[in-house]
Amino acid sequence: MSAIFEVRNLKRSFGGLAVTNDVSLAMAPGDRVALIGPNGAGKTTFINLVTGNLKPDSGKVRIGGEDITRVKAIGRVRRGLVRSFQVTRLFQDMTPAEHVALAVLQRDGRAGRLFGNYLAMPEVMAEVGDLIGKLGLRDQMHRHVREIAYGQQRLLEIAVALALKPRVLLLDEPAAGVPQSDTGRIEQALADLPPNLAVLMIEHDMDLVFRFAKRVIVLAAGTIIFDGSPSDVTKDPRVREAYLGSYANAGHDA
Amino acid sequence: MTMATVNDTLAAARGNRRKLGRDLAGLSVILALAVVGYLLFPDNLALLTRMTAIALLVLSLDLVTGYCGVATLGHAALFGTGAYAAGIAAVHFGITDPLLMLACGIFGGIVAGLLCGMVILRAHGLPQLVLSIALIHLFHEFSNKASSWTGGSDGLAGIAPDPLIGLFAFDLWGRTAYVFGIVLLAVVFTLLRLVVRSPFGMLCRGIKEDPIRIRAMGASPKVTLVKMYMISGAVAGAGGALNAISTQVVGLDSLSFTLSAESLVMLVLGGTGSLFGALTGTIVFMFFEDIVSAANPFHWLTMVGALLIAVVLFAPKGLYGTIAAAAIRWREARR
Repeated sequence: MSAIFEVRNLKRSFGGLAVTNDVSLAMAPGDRVALIGPNGAGKTTFINLVTGNLKPDSGKVRIGGEDITRVKAIGRVRRGLVRSFQVTRLFQDMTPAEHVALAVLQRDGRAGRLFGNYLAMPEVMAEVGDLIGKLGLRDQMHRHVREIAYGQQRLLEIAVALALKPRVLLLDEPAAGVPQSDTGRIEQALADLPPNLAVLMIEHDMDLVFRFAKRVIVLAAGTIIFDGSPSDVTKDPRVREAYLGSYANAGHDA
Repeated sequence: MTMATVNDTLAAARGNRRKLGRDLAGLSVILALAVVGYLLFPDNLALLTRMTAIALLVLSLDLVTGYCGVATLGHAALFGTGAYAAGIAAVHFGITDPLLMLACGIFGGIVAGLLCGMVILRAHGLPQLVLSIALIHLFHEFSNKASSWTGGSDGLAGIAPDPLIGLFAFDLWGRTAYVFGIVLLAVVFTLLRLVVRSPFGMLCRGIKEDPIRIRAMGASPKVTLVKMYMISGAVAGAGGALNAISTQVVGLDSLSFTLSAESLVMLVLGGTGSLFGALTGTIVFMFFEDIVSAANPFHWLTMVGALLIAVVLFAPKGLYGTIAAAAIRWREARR
């Protein structure tokens, strides 16, 4: 199957330090990939390069075959490259329904309309109700975000991303900060993602990684040191060294 | 359609109807206050008309400051440009039909809004505030120097508007101007209620809270805010035109830093982020100013200052914001 998302020889350094060094990867529709790596491996920089919030020194990013290396962040979203945030970035004074409606309207190019209200647009409301229902937020849909639990905010973050109908979804630690009792709901939401969507997830929780991902990529010091099946990753000597090394260093610092 | 979506649609329709009810209530309050004002102060309609024009300026400021979080101390630039556009159209081009003058004012306001928006929105926070102050001084100085067009510091006099729709002449007591102003305010208020609830209004509220989130949704905060600035300019320009038509003169004070700062004070007094707050602030401030300056011409500014400090300390959401919050608490306590 042809790649929906492709990164070729991506490089970026800060003051001589290569934070992303010659990273290449390709994903097909329906892929479930986890990107892991010790702290400071360059995961966040990689996401910023891919989403267009940071310019690479060299290399290419393609979506659906189209070279988007020079396309700005907003243009990449419109081409179907959508991300969620590690720390939820939601509008505290707005309701889940408003969040999803805004995303739906924006996707359809109607978010600039000066008149009309989403509550009176049946096709928008149908989609909002559908997404909110799928993620189990129906009881909270008309309450302010600041009044709902953090785990539910994480689910809403996923709902907003899905409302944009992405082709490639980048999930930045979707379960970070969520109490153990709520992670099951998020895992379920991840399992229910549209089957033809390509998903790249950054996550520290290895249990979640092993349940979700069909393929694991390990990043260390800005380089991909492993790209393969979850069952092989723990056996790989370089991966073990990268993780043990970082723990050893952490021990030194403490 | 499943049962759940049917219920949602019904709930949504109910919510919509409640908002519509509040729109009608707001509109009736404006009209009732207008009638009360007319009956109580038949000899002081000029003040009430001035109040209406300033209310349009404060509403316009609320759009960018209250709804979008843009910090500005130069918003009178939009109001003054509207006033001069209407005045210059009448004096230099013989456009004396009040509705056409209003259209000129609105157009002038939109152009000024576009210009100010493009400059002010380049910065954030404190630098943004400083840019806005610089802009209002530039506008002021420009109209001072271009005296052959604007009358300079003497003001632009000799504006003589025709009777409104050919029937109602602008009389000495200011009755026509007053009614014209109130109708204009009611129309603008109704349109703005629709705009702040629209998808565009929702986008603006989102930008105020987190522009990065909005960008991640694929929308451009910059384009949206410039658009809001132009809408804001149209509203402020309408206020300026109303002032030019009713007083038949345009002075440099309509393009001043003082007016910009005062309009921000009125907005904070009433409560930002709510159209009712903008109206409340204007009415309270201008009445207070009128009464206190008559009672004690030497120390009235001290008293205005004291009122402001009291509101900011004890009702930080502004007068309307605090009352509205109390009403919500009361309703929830009763449930």
